[in-house]
Amino acid sequence: MYKILLLTLICTSLIACTGLGVEPWERDILAKAEMQPAATAVDGAFDDHIYFSKEASSGGASFGGGGCGCN
Amino acid sequence: MKILNILFSSFMLLSTYASADISGNAPDFELSGTLAGKTEKVKLSDYRGQVVYLDFWASWCSPCRDSFPWMNEMQAKYKEKSVTFIAINVDRKQKDAKAFLVKTPAEFLIAFDSKGKTPGQYGVMGMPSAFVIGKDGNILHSHIGFHKNNLAEYEAHIQQALTH
Repeated sequence: MYKILLLTLICTSLIACTGLGVEPWERDILAKAEMQPAATAVDGAFDDHIYFSKEASSGGASFGGGGCGCN
Repeated sequence: MKILNILFSSFMLLSTYASADISGNAPDFELSGTLAGKTEKVKLSDYRGQVVYLDFWASWCSPCRDSFPWMNEMQAKYKEKSVTFIAINVDRKQKDAKAFLVKTPAEFLIAFDSKGKTPGQYGVMGMPSAFVIGKDGNILHSHIGFHKNNLAEYEAHIQQALTH
Protein backbone atom coordinates (compact mmCIF):
# COMPACT_ATOMS: atom_id res chain seq x y z
CA MET A 1 0.00 0.00 0.00
CA TYR A 2 2.83 2.34 0.99
CA LYS A 3 4.64 1.57 -2.27
CA ILE A 4 1.58 2.33 -4.39
CA LEU A 5 1.11 5.61 -2.56
CA LEU A 6 4.75 6.54 -3.14
CA LEU A 7 4.47 5.57 -6.80
CA THR A 8 1.35 7.69 -7.23
CA LEU A 9 3.17 10.64 -5.69
CA ILE A 10 6.15 10.20 -8.02
CA CYS A 11 3.93 9.85 -11.08
CA THR A 12 1.87 12.88 -10.07
CA SER A 13 5.03 14.94 -9.83
CA LEU A 14 5.82 14.04 -13.46
CA ILE A 15 2.86 16.09 -14.66
CA ALA A 16 3.17 18.71 -11.95
CA CYS A 17 4.00 21.59 -14.29
CA THR A 18 1.76 20.80 -17.25
CA GLY A 19 -1.29 22.64 -15.95
CA LEU A 20 0.40 25.80 -14.74
CA GLY A 21 -0.24 29.30 -15.91
CA VAL A 22 -2.85 31.04 -17.95
CA GLU A 23 -3.62 29.71 -21.42
CA PRO A 24 -3.19 32.15 -24.31
CA TRP A 25 -6.98 32.31 -24.79
CA GLU A 26 -7.55 33.12 -21.12
CA ARG A 27 -5.61 36.39 -21.09
CA ASP A 28 -8.68 38.62 -21.15
CA ILE A 29 -8.14 39.98 -17.67
CA LEU A 30 -4.34 40.16 -18.01
CA ALA A 31 -4.79 42.21 -21.19
CA LYS A 32 -6.60 45.00 -19.34
CA ALA A 33 -4.73 48.27 -18.94
CA GLU A 34 -5.02 48.18 -15.15
CA MET A 35 -3.27 44.80 -15.10
CA GLN A 36 -0.06 46.13 -16.63
CA PRO A 37 2.90 46.31 -14.22
CA ALA A 38 3.64 49.95 -15.14
CA ALA A 39 0.89 52.52 -14.63
CA THR A 40 1.88 54.51 -17.72
CA ALA A 41 3.95 53.79 -20.79
CA VAL A 42 6.42 56.57 -19.91
CA ASP A 43 6.90 55.14 -16.43
CA GLY A 44 7.58 51.75 -17.96
CA ALA A 45 10.06 53.21 -20.43
CA PHE A 46 12.00 54.90 -17.58
CA ASP A 47 12.10 51.66 -15.62
CA ASP A 48 13.30 49.80 -18.70
CA HIS A 49 16.00 52.39 -19.32
CA ILE A 50 17.29 52.21 -15.73
CA TYR A 51 17.20 48.42 -15.79
CA PHE A 52 19.05 48.30 -19.11
CA SER A 53 21.73 50.74 -17.87
CA LYS A 54 22.36 48.75 -14.72
CA GLU A 55 22.02 45.22 -16.01
CA ALA A 56 23.03 45.53 -19.69
CA SER A 57 19.92 43.53 -20.54
CA SER A 58 16.27 44.23 -21.01
CA GLY A 59 12.87 42.60 -21.23
CA GLY A 60 11.01 40.19 -19.05
CA ALA A 61 9.03 42.88 -17.26
CA SER A 62 5.71 42.30 -18.94
CA PHE A 63 3.26 39.59 -19.88
CA GLY A 64 4.31 38.65 -23.43
CA GLY A 65 2.88 41.02 -25.99
CA GLY A 66 0.83 43.09 -23.55
CA GLY A 67 -1.70 40.35 -23.09
CA CYS A 68 -2.28 39.15 -26.61
CA GLY A 69 0.36 36.45 -26.13
CA CYS A 70 1.56 36.61 -29.70
CA ASN A 71 5.13 37.75 -29.08
CA MET B 1 3.54 -4.40 -11.81
CA LYS B 2 0.25 -4.10 -13.65
CA ILE B 3 -0.74 -1.17 -11.45
CA LEU B 4 2.57 0.51 -12.21
CA ASN B 5 1.94 0.13 -15.94
CA ILE B 6 -1.57 1.49 -15.75
CA LEU B 7 -0.54 4.40 -13.58
CA PHE B 8 2.44 5.29 -15.71
CA SER B 9 0.57 5.11 -19.03
CA SER B 10 -2.34 7.14 -17.71
CA PHE B 11 -0.02 9.88 -16.52
CA MET B 12 1.87 9.86 -19.81
CA LEU B 13 -1.44 10.19 -21.62
CA LEU B 14 -2.34 13.16 -19.45
CA SER B 15 0.96 14.87 -20.12
CA THR B 16 0.66 14.45 -23.90
CA TYR B 17 -2.84 15.87 -23.75
CA ALA B 18 -1.42 18.98 -22.11
CA SER B 19 0.79 19.72 -25.12
CA ALA B 20 -1.50 19.33 -28.11
CA ASP B 21 0.20 19.19 -31.49
CA ILE B 22 -0.97 21.15 -34.49
CA SER B 23 -0.19 18.92 -37.46
CA GLY B 24 -2.23 16.20 -39.12
CA ASN B 25 -5.99 15.99 -39.11
CA ALA B 26 -7.80 19.09 -37.89
CA PRO B 27 -9.87 18.25 -34.78
CA ASP B 28 -13.58 18.48 -35.54
CA PHE B 29 -15.86 20.73 -33.52
CA GLU B 30 -19.47 21.84 -33.41
CA LEU B 31 -20.22 25.28 -32.05
CA SER B 32 -22.95 27.85 -32.27
CA GLY B 33 -22.06 30.81 -34.40
CA THR B 34 -23.24 33.63 -36.55
CA LEU B 35 -22.98 34.73 -40.17
CA ALA B 36 -24.16 38.18 -41.24
CA GLY B 37 -26.35 38.54 -38.16
CA LYS B 38 -28.01 35.12 -38.48
CA THR B 39 -27.43 32.31 -36.01
CA GLU B 40 -25.63 29.37 -37.54
CA LYS B 41 -24.39 25.99 -36.44
CA VAL B 42 -20.68 25.73 -37.19
CA LYS B 43 -19.37 22.21 -37.70
CA LEU B 44 -15.91 21.85 -39.22
CA SER B 45 -16.53 18.49 -40.90
CA ASP B 46 -19.37 20.08 -42.93
CA TYR B 47 -16.66 21.90 -44.87
CA ARG B 48 -14.73 18.80 -45.92
CA GLY B 49 -13.80 19.24 -49.59
CA GLN B 50 -13.23 22.95 -49.10
CA VAL B 51 -10.24 24.89 -47.88
CA VAL B 52 -10.93 26.27 -44.41
CA TYR B 53 -9.09 29.21 -42.91
CA LEU B 54 -9.64 28.72 -39.18
CA ASP B 55 -8.89 31.69 -36.99
CA PHE B 56 -8.92 32.03 -33.19
CA TRP B 57 -9.62 35.51 -31.86
CA ALA B 58 -10.68 37.45 -28.78
CA SER B 59 -12.19 40.89 -28.25
CA TRP B 60 -9.27 41.95 -26.02
CA CYS B 61 -6.66 41.15 -28.66
CA SER B 62 -5.70 44.16 -30.78
CA PRO B 63 -3.97 42.28 -33.66
CA CYS B 64 -7.27 40.39 -34.04
CA ARG B 65 -8.98 43.69 -34.79
CA ASP B 66 -6.43 44.33 -37.54
CA SER B 67 -7.00 40.88 -39.02
CA PHE B 68 -10.77 41.26 -39.58
CA PRO B 69 -10.67 43.65 -42.59
CA TRP B 70 -8.09 41.38 -44.24
CA MET B 71 -10.19 38.28 -43.59
CA ASN B 72 -13.25 40.07 -45.02
CA GLU B 73 -11.26 40.90 -48.13
CA MET B 74 -9.90 37.36 -48.48
CA GLN B 75 -13.31 35.77 -47.90
CA ALA B 76 -14.76 37.89 -50.72
CA LYS B 77 -11.80 37.14 -53.00
CA TYR B 78 -11.79 33.36 -52.51
CA LYS B 79 -15.51 32.68 -52.05
CA GLU B 80 -15.80 31.41 -55.64
CA LYS B 81 -12.90 29.07 -55.09
CA SER B 82 -14.67 27.54 -52.08
CA VAL B 83 -12.52 28.83 -49.28
CA THR B 84 -14.43 29.24 -46.00
CA PHE B 85 -13.25 31.50 -43.24
CA ILE B 86 -14.26 30.44 -39.73
CA ALA B 87 -13.22 32.64 -36.83
CA ILE B 88 -13.65 31.09 -33.40
CA ASN B 89 -14.14 33.59 -30.62
CA VAL B 90 -12.65 32.58 -27.25
CA ASP B 91 -14.10 35.33 -25.06
CA ARG B 92 -15.52 34.07 -21.79
CA LYS B 93 -18.43 36.50 -22.13
CA GLN B 94 -20.18 36.40 -25.48
CA LYS B 95 -21.36 40.00 -25.07
CA ASP B 96 -17.69 41.16 -25.32
CA ALA B 97 -17.47 39.41 -28.68
CA LYS B 98 -20.79 40.89 -29.84
CA ALA B 99 -19.60 44.41 -28.93
CA PHE B 100 -16.39 43.80 -30.87
CA LEU B 101 -18.36 42.64 -33.91
CA VAL B 102 -20.49 45.79 -33.90
CA LYS B 103 -17.33 47.90 -34.21
CA THR B 104 -15.46 45.46 -36.43
CA PRO B 105 -17.95 43.78 -38.75
CA ALA B 106 -17.19 40.30 -40.03
CA GLU B 107 -18.44 39.01 -43.36
CA PHE B 108 -17.40 35.45 -42.57
CA LEU B 109 -18.50 32.74 -40.14
CA ILE B 110 -18.01 33.47 -36.46
CA ALA B 111 -18.20 30.64 -33.92
CA PHE B 112 -18.34 31.07 -30.15
CA ASP B 113 -16.32 28.91 -27.78
CA SER B 114 -16.52 30.55 -24.37
CA LYS B 115 -15.23 27.40 -22.64
CA GLY B 116 -11.96 27.44 -24.61
CA LYS B 117 -12.21 23.80 -25.68
CA THR B 118 -11.20 24.22 -29.34
CA PRO B 119 -8.08 26.36 -28.76
CA GLY B 120 -6.93 23.59 -26.42
CA GLN B 121 -7.53 20.97 -29.11
CA TYR B 122 -5.53 22.98 -31.62
CA GLY B 123 -2.73 23.82 -29.17
CA VAL B 124 -3.16 27.55 -29.73
CA MET B 125 -0.07 29.40 -28.48
CA GLY B 126 -1.20 33.00 -28.88
CA MET B 127 -3.94 35.30 -30.06
CA PRO B 128 -4.75 35.43 -32.89
CA SER B 129 -3.79 32.05 -34.33
CA ALA B 130 -4.78 30.76 -37.73
CA PHE B 131 -4.81 27.33 -39.33
CA VAL B 132 -5.18 26.63 -43.03
CA ILE B 133 -7.02 23.33 -43.39
CA GLY B 134 -6.87 21.51 -46.73
CA LYS B 135 -9.75 19.90 -48.63
CA ASP B 136 -8.86 16.54 -47.03
CA GLY B 137 -9.24 17.98 -43.52
CA ASN B 138 -5.53 18.13 -42.75
CA ILE B 139 -3.82 21.17 -41.27
CA LEU B 140 -1.44 22.47 -43.94
CA HIS B 141 -0.24 25.75 -42.45
CA SER B 142 -0.55 27.65 -39.22
CA HIS B 143 0.66 30.96 -37.89
CA ILE B 144 0.54 32.84 -34.61
CA GLY B 145 -0.22 36.54 -34.50
CA PHE B 146 -1.23 38.82 -37.34
CA HIS B 147 1.55 40.86 -38.91
CA LYS B 148 0.80 43.20 -41.78
CA ASN B 149 4.24 42.46 -43.27
CA ASN B 150 3.27 38.82 -43.71
CA LEU B 151 -0.02 39.26 -45.57
CA ALA B 152 1.42 37.92 -48.84
CA GLU B 153 2.59 34.81 -47.00
CA TYR B 154 -0.81 34.25 -45.38
CA GLU B 155 -2.50 34.52 -48.78
CA ALA B 156 0.08 32.21 -50.35
CA HIS B 157 -0.83 29.59 -47.72
CA ILE B 158 -4.47 29.74 -48.88
CA GLN B 159 -3.44 29.44 -52.52
CA GLN B 160 -1.15 26.51 -51.74
CA ALA B 161 -3.99 24.78 -49.93
CA LEU B 162 -6.20 25.22 -53.01
CA THR B 163 -3.67 23.51 -55.26
CA HIS B 164 -2.70 20.89 -52.67
